[in-house]
This record gives sequence, structure tokens and C-alpha cells, in this order.
Amino acid sequence: MKISRLLLLALVVGTALFSGCANGNLARVKPWERATLADYTMRSDRDPLHTAMAEHVFFSRETAAGGRGVGGSGCGCN
Amino acid sequence: MARADVKVGETFPAFVAAGVVNLAGGDLPATAGRVVLVDFWASWCAPCKASFPAMAKLHADYAGRGLVIAAVGIDEKPAAATAFWKKLAPPFATLHDPEQKLVKQVVVPTMPTSYLLGRDGRVRFIHEGFHGDATDREIRKEIELLLAEKNKPS
Repeated sequence: MKISRLLLLALVVGTALFSGCANGNLARVKPWERATLADYTMRSDRDPLHTAMAEHVFFSRETAAGGRGVGGSGCGCN
Repeated sequence: MARADVKVGETFPAFVAAGVVNLAGGDLPATAGRVVLVDFWASWCAPCKASFPAMAKLHADYAGRGLVIAAVGIDEKPAAATAFWKKLAPPFATLHDPEQKLVKQVVVPTMPTSYLLGRDGRVRFIHEGFHGDATDREIRKEIELLLAEKNKPS
């Protein structure tokens, strides 16, 4: 009984917290506004040594590999 | 699927009203009564750059039959658009939407997006993104279809 009440409370709080995400007025970057995202300085892999070190850390600590970066030349194009 | 304001069947907004200019100087291409391929590009968009040789080939194959290609750049920095145009030197009309008025009216779903217009100025086909040969094949079929259509009153 206690668990189901806690679950219900968690559901209610979660719904209240995340209902804002369904708001159609949230600011979104339009396709024609993505010039800055495509800039070279926005790439997380622009330095090969730093990239190698970061990948080593991710793998060592989290057993995670890849899955980073932005598609479509950094601007999310295509 | 991203939302787009100009849909198939609707009239495409006029270039002149949006302040679009020709990067080569001079007049905008004449589009009344013609089959038109409007392509939105940007200097920072890699798929856009990849699509230019394909559009140059379309121009070579179909301009003689009446196809007009109008590539509209939406760079906020005119110098970036000009540098891109000079570097690629496309044979078709390359325009610039300096205040992004046209692209905001059309609301492209992604970059690049191209619109094939019939002779009546209405949008007949929309292509989101550029996917190499697959996009090229589809566009060619559609251009053939539209060029075969007789002049229709708007």
C-alpha cells in the first residue's frame, strides 16, 4: 500500500515536472539558425590528442565507447 | 517530422518581396510559367555543398528544356555566402536571402531543403536534405513529369 502511494506520488510529481516539455512555445534552434553550431570551435573532436584522452577516460571509467558528436556536419543538417 | 509552413499545393512566396538578391548581380531569374527548383543552402552546411555538383548536372541536362534552378543562400553573413558561391562557381542562378525573410516565410524543415514548383508557381514536390544519388534520381523523375505538363493557368 505504502509503495503504491509512493509510486503514485512519484508519477504525479514527474508529470508536473515534465509537462512543460510538451509546451510548443519552447525556444528551438531553427534549421537556418545553426551557423554557430556548425562552427569549427563547436566541435568536441577538434583536437586529436584531447579526443583520444577523453575516449580513454570514458572507456576506462564507464566502459562507454563512441555515441558522441552531432550528425550532419555539426549543424544537424540533412 | 519537422513542421514546414509552405506545403505541397501552395503557392511559393515571391523572391522579390522577400528581398532576395542575385549573388552575380543583376536581375533575379525569370520564373513565371517555368518549372523551378528552389534550393535553400548555407555555406556552413556540408550536405548543401555536396548537392551543388548534382544541381549543376541538372542545370546542364534540363535548362535547355526550360528548368530554372534558383539556389537561395540563407547565410547571415553576406561575405560567407559570396565566398561559397565564388568557390563553387555554379552555372545556375545563386541567390542570397540576406535578412532570412524568405526562409522564415517558407519555414524549411531542415538544411538543405529543395522545392520543385510547377509552371503555375505552386509547390509540387519537397525534398528534405540531400541524400546523394537517391535524391538525384527522385528529382529527375519529378522534373521530367513537370516539364511534360503543358502550361496551366494559375
